[in-house]
Amino acid sequence: MYRSQVLICGGTGCTSSGSMKIADKLEEEIAKNGLADEVKVVRTGCFGLCALGPIMIVYPEGTFYSTVNIDDIPEIVEEHLLKGRIVTRLVYDETVAQNEIKSLNETNFYKKQKRVALRNCGVINPENIEEYIGVDGYQALYKVLKEMTPDDVIKTILDSGLRGRGGGGFPTGKKWQLAKDLVKDADQKYVCCNADEGDPGAFMDRSILEGDPHALIEAMAIAGYAIGATQGYVYVRAEYPIAVNRLQIAINQAKEYGMLGDNIFDTDFSFNLEIRLGAGAFVCGEETALMTSIEGNRGEPRPRPPFPAESGLFRKPTVLNNVETYANIPQIILKGVEWFTSMGTERSKGTKVFALGGKINNTGLVEIPMGTTLREVVYEIGGGIPNGKKFKAAQTGGPSGGCIPTELIDVEIDYDNLIAIGSMMGSGGLIVMDEDNCMVDIAKFFLEFTVDESCGKCTPCRIGTKRLYEMLEKVTSGNATLEDIDKMEKLCYYIKNNSLCGLGQTAPNPVLSTLKYFKDEYLAHVVDKKCPAGVCQDLLTYKIVEDKCKGCTACARACPVGAISGTVKQPHVIDTSKCIKCGACMSKCKFAAIIKE
Amino acid sequence: MKTLEELMAIRNKMQGQVNLRAEDENAVRVVVGMATCGIAAGARPVLKAFSDAVQEKNLKNVMVVQSGCAGLCQYEPIVEINQPGKEKVTYVKMTAEKAAEVIELHLIGGEVVSKYTINSVMK
Repeated sequence: MYRSQVLICGGTGCTSSGSMKIADKLEEEIAKNGLADEVKVVRTGCFGLCALGPIMIVYPEGTFYSTVNIDDIPEIVEEHLLKGRIVTRLVYDETVAQNEIKSLNETNFYKKQKRVALRNCGVINPENIEEYIGVDGYQALYKVLKEMTPDDVIKTILDSGLRGRGGGGFPTGKKWQLAKDLVKDADQKYVCCNADEGDPGAFMDRSILEGDPHALIEAMAIAGYAIGATQGYVYVRAEYPIAVNRLQIAINQAKEYGMLGDNIFDTDFSFNLEIRLGAGAFVCGEETALMTSIEGNRGEPRPRPPFPAESGLFRKPTVLNNVETYANIPQIILKGVEWFTSMGTERSKGTKVFALGGKINNTGLVEIPMGTTLREVVYEIGGGIPNGKKFKAAQTGGPSGGCIPTELIDVEIDYDNLIAIGSMMGSGGLIVMDEDNCMVDIAKFFLEFTVDESCGKCTPCRIGTKRLYEMLEKVTSGNATLEDIDKMEKLCYYIKNNSLCGLGQTAPNPVLSTLKYFKDEYLAHVVDKKCPAGVCQDLLTYKIVEDKCKGCTACARACPVGAISGTVKQPHVIDTSKCIKCGACMSKCKFAAIIKE
Repeated sequence: MKTLEELMAIRNKMQGQVNLRAEDENAVRVVVGMATCGIAAGARPVLKAFSDAVQEKNLKNVMVVQSGCAGLCQYEPIVEINQPGKEKVTYVKMTAEKAAEVIELHLIGGEVVSKYTINSVMK
């Protein structure tokens, strides 16, 4: 029996900043102080507040230590664990209020969150199946196998209104129903999980695999029972080594405890699960390409119909859901439809996890009820924009989505609202941009990604995105005409309408949505040959303001190409023909005498 | 594992551990003085007795925490029991055996063990 437990984040973010070494050091110090029988160290999954990692929480007090350094450990052990004195200087600022330590749930970051899919992340040890059972794990599977028919299960999921969290938002129950009923005499069916998560910036699926892998296993077994499948595959990218490792441990433990394998809970139902590693191609997040890849072929999409529910993996009826979608299933079964539908909006029920990134103070993972406004996410949960800059736009859905401009910041986030304003939910990347971001450059950035990741099977995507990218380059280099903008828009719709799979069909979205909301920025590049945000280098010149220059020579010494000349204590001059626009001089100038325009 | 009983057995075994990680504003707080004076007077076994009991007896709603020196060093080990809506009870000169009594009578039974409180000792 332990009187205290120290939970330390073992997610990828905190691990990369040394949390596992800290955990070892903790155990060492705890033993040294003779507390090994009293205090237990638990390595958990992601807490969400990645910006402040490495993170640890000491229970029962619930003290939240952030940006912990390995050298702080002896102090924490001796002061807090041995003597009960909280080391205030290491506690997350927001939880310290006038000599009183607030609960983590009262901080702005967590207050508006509702953790459903991430419920166990940062709470349990993902490498111990008994901890998962301790938080009611595998009871949903028991309930399904013993008390419900497959049709009951499907009806429950249908009634819950759960929609695919991978991006498309297709009703999950409907998917299961089709897989169960469409082909009557199938000899084999499959349950697959999409853990490919290629959207740059999104990492909720990884965090669930790392923090709560048994929830996925339980949900996939439930899906298997519902549609009549005995075999499941989790397709996860090889770039997620911690996630792969924990999932494999979890699968082994589930087999050992009889939660996977033959005759689960003494019923006729048998289910097995295997991991398939992806090599990190974005297109393999597309369902047909993913299944082609599992089959052992090159990851390329195939035309639909037939849809996977009819002819999927190995041409058998297949259900494919995303990790976050599955993570909701066991709780819907246990807590009921009413509980789930009490969260969210009319047509989007439950919660959604977002990976907050870009120009925002609290980068990390947040889970919010559907219908929360973007303003709440950015300013309350996210803690606002760093350095007092102004919010310009947020990109949702990554390279397949679009941007939400300032005037729409009060939009309630759900599937339909986002589509209506030209963006999409996507897998949940949410990248915040401030006034220093050029929207044309952002569009170019995402398009460069899709050009790179286009598999090349169909022409509209392979050649179309490349040509579109070249047009954007023309804009950012100041060589485009107004006619080019019209051509660009036409090409966007052509690519959308003619591409084979979701990758191509959504690739032009970043261009279209920036054209829609930030046309003036495009025009500034084309007509005035200026980049208002000061990002596009071809349109910038660096200048020294004569009045402000004190002639300290710092800039001239910093310039890597010797483009700055002048004598000491006299205003300097930049030779624009030599200048490579690296900005080194600007950051060196103490008098703000160098400007770019 | 084939039955619900087996599943629930593991669940109940683990509950004591994972419940420790839930924060509850209405929890009864058992505060054990663990400053140098407290530790020297033998607060450690007292603390251990309380925290073990909470998990062994699966006392939900009870949280065992440590605190520093309250300034009454001659009365250590001191244990305070804070119950929301009730007056704070301060037990002094505690031992593991006395702790067991307090757990049974006060935490479970709801009755203050007056013979160990500071009021009875200082009289």
